[in-house]
Formats: sequence, structure tokens, C-alpha cells
Amino acid sequence: MSPLFTPLKPVAPALRTVLGISCFVLFFLGWGIATYGGFVKPLFLASPGDTLAAGIALFREFGFAEDIAVTVWRVFAGFVMAAALAVPLGILMGAFKPVEGFFEAFVSFARYLPASAFIPLLILWAGVGELQKILVIFIGSVFQLVIMVTVIVSGIRTDLVEAAYTLGAKRDGVVLRVLLPAAAPQIFEALRLVLGWAWTYVIVAELVGASRGIGHMIIDAQRFLDTGQMIFGIFVIGVIGLITDLLFRALNARLFPWAKGR
Amino acid sequence: MSKLSIRNVEKTFPGRNNTAPTRALEPTSLEVADNDFITILGPSGCGKSTLLRIVAGLETPSAGEVLLEGKAVSGPGPDRGMVFQSYTLFPWLTVRDNVCFGLRERGLPRAEQLAVADRFLAQVGLKGFENHHPAQLSGGMQQRTALARALANDPKMLLLDEPFGALDHQTRELMQELLLGIWEADRKTVMFVTHDIDEAIFMASRVVVMSARPGRIKCDIPIELPHPRSYKVKTTPEFAAYKERLTEEIRVETIKAVTMER
Repeated sequence: MSPLFTPLKPVAPALRTVLGISCFVLFFLGWGIATYGGFVKPLFLASPGDTLAAGIALFREFGFAEDIAVTVWRVFAGFVMAAALAVPLGILMGAFKPVEGFFEAFVSFARYLPASAFIPLLILWAGVGELQKILVIFIGSVFQLVIMVTVIVSGIRTDLVEAAYTLGAKRDGVVLRVLLPAAAPQIFEALRLVLGWAWTYVIVAELVGASRGIGHMIIDAQRFLDTGQMIFGIFVIGVIGLITDLLFRALNARLFPWAKGR
Repeated sequence: MSKLSIRNVEKTFPGRNNTAPTRALEPTSLEVADNDFITILGPSGCGKSTLLRIVAGLETPSAGEVLLEGKAVSGPGPDRGMVFQSYTLFPWLTVRDNVCFGLRERGLPRAEQLAVADRFLAQVGLKGFENHHPAQLSGGMQQRTALARALANDPKMLLLDEPFGALDHQTRELMQELLLGIWEADRKTVMFVTHDIDEAIFMASRVVVMSARPGRIKCDIPIELPHPRSYKVKTTPEFAAYKERLTEEIRVETIKAVTMER
């Protein structure tokens, strides 16, 4: 067996970068061959060149930058609302078992409720304005996040807590100065994951009853069978996702250097 | 009056999932005089750690009571400093802030915290490492920091639960000399749990041997080696005599423990 494929053996960073880029190159190559080679009709799948052209047109003629800004704002607002509720509640549930006992069953039930199924109800309650879109993201994220934070805080090493008690810490000191800092890097990681899911909800929310946003643009493009615009819209979401992911990772490494390599 | 009185303390852990409850500790009584250095020696699973954790207030006894300076122990507190076998430094704090932890919980002004921390860090030979994070330290250095952290609180007693158990033999011997040197300097009352016979004799003024599960005190041997003790005492005939006797006592218990497991 090749030494490169030894289980769990790391590869050199340079090789890793090359491998990562190769996958993208292969993807575009396959796409190019399928479209330029005439294997797929342009009606169903635009070529890479047409997609790029459609994208440039979107920015130049249709104010796509504003759509992106609107969508980013919705994700951000819904996600911040969800985090503002879920992180403190999850910490309380992880730290205090009666609180966990009270909420856990309900939250476990609620997190299986598909956020998209709430859209008709939310339109009824909140109209088709911004609030409805933001609430979809909120509902989609908040319960997942509560459960994740609870599990993280429950899993903090008990010997750290015991050490704090023998040093004279009381209940509040243990929660604020042991559980919270110990859980912070993993909570941050959970936020990164849930933000990725929030992006999938915003598009669903925008497919129904929106007048702006990336999702709305994709639906609009469908009416004109403009696969180039649709694919470009999906790509933009991917790129934004990638960028926020990198930002989160960089911020995590900067905020919690002590947790490196855990 | 004794510094610490352990009176008929026993511990039974309740059974889980229909298994029988585990009797960890038979009714045990022990008087610890002020300035004593007691080592509790026993095979693994003899309840020696359970006894120490009851004194620390981290476990509640099923019956009996523990008195520290005549007052009943009802939970963990800063008057009984503890060093654990596992590395329990707070990984998000620097070495200095770890040592300050207890002082901060007590509300001491920052300048005083730092003065105390630096004094104890110097005592354990960690001057120059104040701003390191625990992950940057070797196991021995982490346990030295944990010792400084416990001492900084100026506890009435120091409880140590196999603190050098995870260290290599050479580091371990140096740590024993360090701890003994600190004890010889200010004679803080110490209770030290170990399964290492040399370690038990070298530092102790009394070695308490515990029997195999369920644990009880089997014998209590005063160690009359002169102070200050250097590592050279380990090769004297007096040391060898103690070692021979304790080896016999422990061997019987270990054989019992091993045959019980079968």
C-alpha cells in the first residue's frame, strides 16, 4: 500500500492545497466537457462561460449586489437572534440539570419540525416582509443550537469543575469562569456549523413570497429558463458560505489560541 | 485537638442498572495531627482516593463525618487545597492566572493576586513561565503549577491524589523532593494518596496502609527518618526496612484485589 494512504497520516500542507484545488479543477472540467462537448442541452445546463456571463449581467443590469446584501442581512439577523437565545439557554441547560429536564424533551421535538413547513404559517402571522424570512432562519437554527450547546456544556471535564470548587469557587464562579470559557471554542464551532444550515433556510424562505434576495433571483431566472443565472446564484451562496467559514475559523483561532489542536 | 478527624466514614456507591451497590470504604477513622505529612498507601481500587475525596468534600460519605479543626466538612472549599492526578489546570488561563484563580474567586485585589502568584511560582521553580499556557508545559510543570495554585490559597490542609502518577520516574522523584522541601519549610498538613511505596515512605511522617476493596485502614506506620531528607535517604538501611515491611503489607492486599477480580 502506498505510504500516502496510511490511515490518519497527515499530508504536507502544499499537497493538501494542490489536492483541494484539483477537485475544483476536475469539477469545472467535467462541467465544461458536458456543456461545451454538447452532451447536455444549454436549456438544462449552462456552460461555465455562459454562467459567468450571466453573473456579470446580473451584477451590471439587475442589481444583484443588492440581492446578496438583502440575503446576507436576513441570514445574519435570524442567526444572531437564534444565537442570542440559544447560547445562554444551552449553557443553562448544560449546567443545571433541572433546566435541562424541563426544556430537553420539547427542544428535541421542536428541532425536528422542518423550518420550511412553517413558511405558510409565518406568512399568515408576519406577512411576506423581512420578519417572516428572519423567523424562518430563527426557527431553523435555534433548536439545533440549543441542543448542541447543551451537549457541549454537559461534556466539560468534571475534574476542572472539581478543581474550581477546591479553589473556593461557588456556583456562579463555576458557571461563568469555568464552564463558559471551557465551552467557548466548541460553542463557536457549533455556531459555524449552524450558520451553514441557516443559509439553506434563507433560500427556501426567499423562494416563497420575496421580492429581493438570492433565492428570489433564482426563482425569477427559472421563469426565463436562464440556467446560467440560476447556477451563478447557487455558486454565490457557496462562495459566501466558504468565506464566512474561513472567517469563523480565523476568528476561532485568534480568540481561543489555547484550544488549538484539540 | 487533631487538625483533621475522620470518624467512621464509610462509602457505598449505589448500583446502576440492577447491579449490586459497590462498597468502596468500610467505616474508617483517622486522626491527622497538625503539621503531619500522611501518605495513604494501597493497591488500586482500595478506596484511598474515595477517602481523600470525602475529605475534600467532593464525595459525601454514606455514614460518618469529617471534622477539620473541629468543624464538620460539608462540601469542597478553599481551606482544603487539592492537587489531582489528572491535569486540571484551566487551559484558557496562563500559568499565572491559574495560580490567581482561587484568589480571584475570593475577591483579592489584582495586585495582591499577582504578588502571591509570583511568590508561589518561584517556590515551585516556574519563574519565567508565568505567561505560558498549560498546553505549552510538560506534565511535571503542569503539576507544579497545580501545586502552586493550591498553595496560593493558603489552605489549612493540602490534599494530593496521586499527583505524580502520570509522570515519568525521574520527574516524579524530583517532584517528591520539591514537595517535601516545601513541607519542611512551612509544615502544612498534608494528606497524600499513592500506590508507590518509595514515594509513600520518602515524604511521610506517617504511612497509612489501606486494604483491598472494600477499603479500610490496615496499619498506620510512623516514619522516623530525620529531616531534612535528601534523596539519599532512599538507599539507607532504615528506608529499606520500612520498604520491606510495607512491601509485605501491600503485596497481600494486591493479591487479594487481583483474586477478587477473577
